[in-house]
Amino acid sequence: MLQALQDLGDYIGANLSHEVLLVEFKAGELIATAQRTSIVRVMTFLRDDANCQFKQLMDVCGVDWPGREQRFDVVYNLLSLRHNQRIRVKVHADESTPVPSVTGVFSSANWFEREVWDMFGVAFSDHPDLRRILTDYGFDGFPLRKDFPLYGNVELRYDDEQKRVVYEPVRLTQEFRGFDFASPWEGYRGPLPGDEKAGGKN
Amino acid sequence: MAEAQINTYTLNFGPQHPSAHGVLRLILEMSGEVVERCDPHVGLLHRGTEKLIEHKTYLQSVPYFDRLDYCAPMAEEHAFVLATEKLLGVRPPRRAQFIRVLYAEISRIMNHILNITSYALDVGAMTPLLWLFEEREKLMEFYERVCGARMHANYFRPGGVAADMPDGLAEDILRWTGTFPALIEDMETLLDENRIFKQRTVNIASITAEQALDRGMTGPVLRSAGLAWDLRKAQPYDVYDEMDFDIPIGKNGDCYDRYLVRVEEMRQSLRIIRQCLEKMPAGPVRLEDGKVQSPRRSEMKRSMEALIQHFKLFTEGVRVPAGETYTAVEAPKGEFGVYLISDGSGKPYRCKIRSPGFAHLAAFEVFAKGHMLADITAVIGSIDIVFGEIDR
Repeated sequence: MLQALQDLGDYIGANLSHEVLLVEFKAGELIATAQRTSIVRVMTFLRDDANCQFKQLMDVCGVDWPGREQRFDVVYNLLSLRHNQRIRVKVHADESTPVPSVTGVFSSANWFEREVWDMFGVAFSDHPDLRRILTDYGFDGFPLRKDFPLYGNVELRYDDEQKRVVYEPVRLTQEFRGFDFASPWEGYRGPLPGDEKAGGKN
Repeated sequence: MAEAQINTYTLNFGPQHPSAHGVLRLILEMSGEVVERCDPHVGLLHRGTEKLIEHKTYLQSVPYFDRLDYCAPMAEEHAFVLATEKLLGVRPPRRAQFIRVLYAEISRIMNHILNITSYALDVGAMTPLLWLFEEREKLMEFYERVCGARMHANYFRPGGVAADMPDGLAEDILRWTGTFPALIEDMETLLDENRIFKQRTVNIASITAEQALDRGMTGPVLRSAGLAWDLRKAQPYDVYDEMDFDIPIGKNGDCYDRYLVRVEEMRQSLRIIRQCLEKMPAGPVRLEDGKVQSPRRSEMKRSMEALIQHFKLFTEGVRVPAGETYTAVEAPKGEFGVYLISDGSGKPYRCKIRSPGFAHLAAFEVFAKGHMLADITAVIGSIDIVFGEIDR
């Protein structure tokens, strides 16, 4: 099983040498990093080639890495029923450059790409209907970005005087308490009080 | 030719409609009684589960999975704990694997009872709901006896399950598997050849295998289109590879076939439950590795190390090695996948939840186009959508 997956990885690397930047294995799973501009060609190849036959696009999702220059990953998870294999294709993206949509290759990409747009603000070019999907009507911001606060920006309540739902900035009586301070156990790497004494003796 | 040529109009269906199975809002473009176009609006139950999980430890994330597909809570937990175990590189003890498979199948029957009967109710048959909900309540009692809660179990753990099954539970479940088949048959006498039920479902919303693949459909919807694909067989997890069961498939991919596939799946689940109970070995139900699971309370009274392990696990959480995985299980509704990225800390860096209902609802136009307004309820029932998992 693993050998077959490695052969497949080599095969894809050889056949898409210009489009695929990197083929790797992590925890027994095949991951290919593709060029953003050629994602449609890669997906068409993976769907139609006799050795691949990845007929099902299971999932498209975004990942935010704020430290990186191209801060987003768009991740496509594919499944081949014929060969009983999975592959993950990744492309890098940023806030301003759109990723070519793969709705022409897999119809299921339609809503998945809408969700990535909604959650991360990664745009998809040639998408037939790129609207927000999960957030509220008239929502502002991209919630799954790492710089978006956990508790959001607005809260809503029913206002009895105006007889409608009103939106207000979030007011918290207590901040969200994340106890993830520099942990004295493993997380903290800096000098601990008293360390200098130990160093002085040696 | 004096008549006006534009004769479609827009109809708003939901979000508060009893047959929408939750908060589904459909914008239907109708030509007379016939649906020309439809645009489902989802997200009315969006709770930001994925964002919340990024701020919780792995252990604290498990209860969120109960609240995704609340018709079959443990099936969702199963995907998350398997993904976490894969990143941790641990395998739970054998008894725990059997218990997990046992409860995943109980969840499957719970889900199918809810789906089939409420679907029958939507198309006009009330009795199956009255008969089978009693059985569903019994299954919830099995849930309660093992974890203390009827629905939101929070029972599976990375590295096993929370606690062993209490005495007598296995015997009660086995006894129940003896009585339940008669009720399935009773229900089938009401529905299988029922003229009204068949009129409402046969050849309604048929899909081909190609459409099902292109739209990312999974589970009973895919199988009803004639593809024998089941992750429990194809990519077995836990002890499914030791179980003997069959995969029912349909021929026409219509609403009636989806009903038949689910009924047969309940019987197959019963077979798996019986085999689990027969083969289940004695032994521990959780790992004794203090890095993954909390030490025993009695241990903590005596051992300083155990106390430290406990403190660390409940403040920082389990430190999962950096890595990523897409792990999927065959949930009752289809492929439920968790794409989990760990950055080596005690909290998931990203946890994307792939729910089967999302793909099915995205393909709603394929199902509904060209059908009557009254068929919409049959379609919604037959694709088995639950908004907890679609909106997340």
